[in-house]
Amino acid sequence: MKSFRGFIIKEFYHIFRDKRTMLILFGMPVIQLILFGFAIRNEVNDARIAILDQSNDYMTQELTQKIVSSGYFILVEQLKPGGDIESVFKQNRVKEVIVFEPHFAQRLLRENKAAVQIIADATEPNMANLLINYTSSIIRDYQAGLRGQAGSPVQINPEVKMLYNPELKSVYLFVPGLIALLLMLVSALMTSITIAREKELGTMEILLVSPLKPAQIIIGKVIPYLFLSFVNTSTILLLARYVFGVPFHGSYGFFFFEAFLFVVTALSLGIMISTIADSQQTAMMFSLAGLMLPVIILSGFIFPVSSMPVVLQIISHIVPAKWFLIIVKGIMLKGAGIEYLWKETLILGGMMLFLISVSVKKFKIRLQ
Amino acid sequence: MNAVTVNDLTKTYGKITAINRLNFTVNKGELFGFIGPDGAGKTTLFRILTTLLLPDGGSANVIGLDAVKDFKKLRPQIGYMPGRFSLYQDLTVQENLAFFATVFGTTIEENYDLIKDIYVQIEPFKNRRAGKLSGGMKQKLALSCALIHKPEILFLDEPTTGVDAVSRQEFWEMLKRLQAKDITIIVSTPYMDEASLCDRVALIQNGNILGIDTPENIVRDFDRPILAVKSSNMYGLLTSLKTFPNVHSVFPFGEFLHYTDRRGKFEPQEITHYLTQLGIQNIETAWTQPTIEDSFMALMEQHA
Repeated sequence: MKSFRGFIIKEFYHIFRDKRTMLILFGMPVIQLILFGFAIRNEVNDARIAILDQSNDYMTQELTQKIVSSGYFILVEQLKPGGDIESVFKQNRVKEVIVFEPHFAQRLLRENKAAVQIIADATEPNMANLLINYTSSIIRDYQAGLRGQAGSPVQINPEVKMLYNPELKSVYLFVPGLIALLLMLVSALMTSITIAREKELGTMEILLVSPLKPAQIIIGKVIPYLFLSFVNTSTILLLARYVFGVPFHGSYGFFFFEAFLFVVTALSLGIMISTIADSQQTAMMFSLAGLMLPVIILSGFIFPVSSMPVVLQIISHIVPAKWFLIIVKGIMLKGAGIEYLWKETLILGGMMLFLISVSVKKFKIRLQ
Repeated sequence: MNAVTVNDLTKTYGKITAINRLNFTVNKGELFGFIGPDGAGKTTLFRILTTLLLPDGGSANVIGLDAVKDFKKLRPQIGYMPGRFSLYQDLTVQENLAFFATVFGTTIEENYDLIKDIYVQIEPFKNRRAGKLSGGMKQKLALSCALIHKPEILFLDEPTTGVDAVSRQEFWEMLKRLQAKDITIIVSTPYMDEASLCDRVALIQNGNILGIDTPENIVRDFDRPILAVKSSNMYGLLTSLKTFPNVHSVFPFGEFLHYTDRRGKFEPQEITHYLTQLGIQNIETAWTQPTIEDSFMALMEQHA
């Protein structure tokens, strides 16, 4: 036990004395989160729009005011009735045009229905989709308030509701994905590199000849990174909460338990990689190509799994990050507990046990 | 009892035979040397004896334990210093030593008397990172680390490669002192001059042992007279001597060439006369005693 403790202390020395390791461990999570959080956004701010108001009554003025003050839109042009809508699009002056029909307020009050046309520039489909969603939700909102005042029912449009993320904030999606990505990266990449380094420098020969058992070497390598992963997870959660305002509705204890399962899974993957890689470079290549891409592409981090071809959907089932992502989203955004997430937890736990036993078994007690 | 008994030991990598049916024994308390060029199979042999590699055939018994079956019992009792510098470069001298001590379940204090002679020389640098040590100091630290758990047998794979001449000399003196403390030492080296410092040596080439004996006996077996030849143009001398009709061998040895003749005995005048004809000037010749290097060169020539 004493020799095992000595081994772990040595691992911490390695980590704290290597500037590169420290940078990857602690610099990367912060930089990635900030980059992803600020730079890669699916939501829209300050989109340029134009309004063609054929009615110009108090209601359309109020609506225009509401749309402009939402922060999503900048009104760059008031089109005149009979104005050329297509040309403003062609000149790329606006992304969206809102058209109110004549006698808007009059019709809404007398006939209980009125029409608004929302035209968006669909050369950027995602953007158009978002703009239309924003606009219609503002209009619905206005209309809901109107009914209360008027007393008589007005036309109610089919309600589209954005659960959990009503403003379609992409950072809500990126934070859980980033937690998965960073934990996978730090854990798998770092363990595979640290074991490969012992091979490269020849110190593995001495460790193998020593009375340390293979399991002790493995666990000794893993414990420091397990500990540091939790420091990282906490950092990301703090950044998410206070820099990006992502809510955390669930239980922290349950969250860290799930993170533990996922980190150990990733660490085992790192050990498996190190059993095939002889040098730090190979270990890094294997980790990046073999782990990063599945986490980014197949976990649902960036692209929804449900819209992938069936083959990729099947493959995504064996990506641990996919299950972890479902769990993290459930805990953070929906406040779900074990009663909703037991199935995913079981799958993740099973993957963890399988990978640990394989990696311990594959760990070579001799040289090749 | 033998410290090491090896029977028909074989290891192949694909089509390449690294070591080929080796047979030898090492006595308890002996300082035994394996001498041979790079790629002779020394490291492979050491890795099998230290349980790090599985042989393809034959058996190896180290201090009464089988190197394959009893590897768990054997590992804590051997000290191994691999050929490459195998310490943690980012740990200090002190931390490296303390680490290997705890890993082997002991402390620096407990076995300090064993490493004291060696360690006092690097102790002034104990807070320096191992990566920043000179070659000789690294060697001393590696030896201290291999010794810290008081092993019964010590395997040193090319410990003096890349170390300056003074440090090499000191290193061998340390080995002699360790031997006096009842530790069996098996060492490999590409430097033939180090062979004479061992109790017994085995010459190994291309995975085969060419001869095993004490350095004295190996030299005694060399029966040809050797003429040391020198001139102002050593390269011309070497190429010219090789064209002499009765040449047996010519090897450079320091500032001389060592010449042996096919006929055994010969007159130095024949050589000087022949060389003068070829335009070699300032020729000096002298009879010389064979060294262990002459014997090895002859043995390697025979088996080439």
